[in-house]
Amino acid sequence: MKALAFPVALLAVIGLMVASLATGAGAVPWGRLWSDPAAWDVLLISRWPRTVALVLAGMAVSVSGLILQVLTQNRFVEPATAGTVPAASLGILVIGIAWPAAPVVVKMLVATGFSIAGLALFLLILRRLSLRSALLIPLVGIMLGAVLGAITTFVAVRYEMLQSLIAWLSGDFSVILRGRYEVLWLVGLLTAMVYLIANRLSIVGLGRDVAITLGLNYRSTMLFALMIVAMVNGVVTVVVGTLPFLGLIVPNLISLMKGDHIRRTIPWVCLLGSGITLLCDIAGRVIRAPYEIPAGALLGVFGAVVFLLVLLREPRHG
Amino acid sequence: MADPRHRLILLAAVAVLVCALFLAVNLTGKLSYILSYRAQVIATMILVGTATGVSTVLFQTITGNRILTPSVMGAEALFVLIQTSILFFIGSARWDSVPVVGRFAIETSVMVVFALTLYRWLLVGKSEDLYRLLLAGLVFGILFRSAAELLQRMMAPNEFNILQGRLFAQLTLPESRLLGIAGGLVALCVALLWRYRRDFDVIALGRDVAIGLGVDYPRIVTRALVLITVLISTSTALIGPLTFLGFMTATLAYQLAGSQRHALLLPFSALLGVIFLAGGQLVLEHLFAMTGTLSVVIEFTGGALFLLMLLRKGRL
Repeated sequence: MKALAFPVALLAVIGLMVASLATGAGAVPWGRLWSDPAAWDVLLISRWPRTVALVLAGMAVSVSGLILQVLTQNRFVEPATAGTVPAASLGILVIGIAWPAAPVVVKMLVATGFSIAGLALFLLILRRLSLRSALLIPLVGIMLGAVLGAITTFVAVRYEMLQSLIAWLSGDFSVILRGRYEVLWLVGLLTAMVYLIANRLSIVGLGRDVAITLGLNYRSTMLFALMIVAMVNGVVTVVVGTLPFLGLIVPNLISLMKGDHIRRTIPWVCLLGSGITLLCDIAGRVIRAPYEIPAGALLGVFGAVVFLLVLLREPRHG
Repeated sequence: MADPRHRLILLAAVAVLVCALFLAVNLTGKLSYILSYRAQVIATMILVGTATGVSTVLFQTITGNRILTPSVMGAEALFVLIQTSILFFIGSARWDSVPVVGRFAIETSVMVVFALTLYRWLLVGKSEDLYRLLLAGLVFGILFRSAAELLQRMMAPNEFNILQGRLFAQLTLPESRLLGIAGGLVALCVALLWRYRRDFDVIALGRDVAIGLGVDYPRIVTRALVLITVLISTSTALIGPLTFLGFMTATLAYQLAGSQRHALLLPFSALLGVIFLAGGQLVLEHLFAMTGTLSVVIEFTGGALFLLMLLRKGRL
């Protein structure tokens, strides 16, 4: 039974991918796929990129949430409440004002740079706090996000970019087409690298002293992992926008079910992350067809409910 | 200046001065039009500042801490969600056949029911863990905001426009029909709360002490929560959500009043609210030539103040 769980989950995600390929405003002419090359257009230009983007972004954001939770030894941290996503949004706005026609790579680099700075700022603030409660860290993160968000909104209003900004950041996968999603493969690659250093991360998660005693280069491992988190979130924010709560709820749910052996749980985190993102996006396409609701908007509601359940259900945990 | 009452008078003078400046600076064009427009804006600010200042201080007294505020706990987002849901499920055509007063009364009643249920459940018996409470409140706020956003995305575009106009009747576009009702409501709530000011001094000592000293704790707290909710709904209906205004006014009021008595704290906090709003708008409009961004600036300053307080103390 236990041995079958993973293949079954994998099949479920593949099923969702097929559903994602088949769902949408334009019909795919399934019958003519064998005879007519033009029949592939809908699939190749829109559906396939979109589906791949959903899978890659969903799993990368979930895994980066897991990394942050291990490194800060705190269950309630996620990329969006650790300065990266709000800072990356500011970066996207700045490049959007300074160089509107910038190629995606430049936007990506700028967003990643801002996201690194945001994460660094968050960690600096954390070092100055005496941590009486684990719940203080996400609180500080949310406040930092609110302050950064206010700066972003202020700049956007000043340059009359508010509407474009909301559109850029809405976690909307309907804008993903061929030619735009390819950078997400890089994100997938980064996530795969996390799997390779998973055991080192576990040791870093035991604390600085233990890690050094065990002969691990604490600083460089920490730095490497944080760079991955910052890059992943910078890129995902540029390509699809924000995916609220995903990095928080997925690792928490998996940890409730599967425990905390990181190397074993990473594949599960990937599957559940992709699955939830796919499900939200498909639901968004179906609810109001032929109009679409961004996956980010559905995730905001779904994620907040799950977070509240985790938070209020086990009062002496985390 | 040792006597807090002198400081209060000085603060009142500053508030009057700021309001007068707001009315008088850069008067050009058709005088009667500009003056009546600015008077409406000032009236809105006074109502919102008072409502926010008073409700925040009392909420903090009842919950026994100086960090939680109704807005941080998602109250304003809840009101926005209620307004959105009503419009979504009933439709603007049918909803608009109800007069403004009736609409506002229904929205506020729904809000009172939901807010009382939520805060009683959250606040009663769980207050030993402030961080969990605060985090839960913040996430509830995010939940209400995303749910409202989701409903807004599913609305027909013209309904959405109507809703936008209602939700973000910003400071600079006061809703004149609502001003009269809002003014009456705020005055009534504040007057009712003012009667209990001495009881609140005792409640601030904690639940058990207050009951021991003979205060009818459950009754006063329930009434106060209802009135606070009405104040928040009124202020949100007037200018939309302002998450950190209450936190700023209450925090500064404790510093400036130098006293624990609500007879002083409440007016201090209310006056500070008016000064922040009117002064902020004055500076933005005439120094930076920007209108309609006051809420963003308040969000920024309030959030930064919150973080600074946290960093300086190292804890809540």
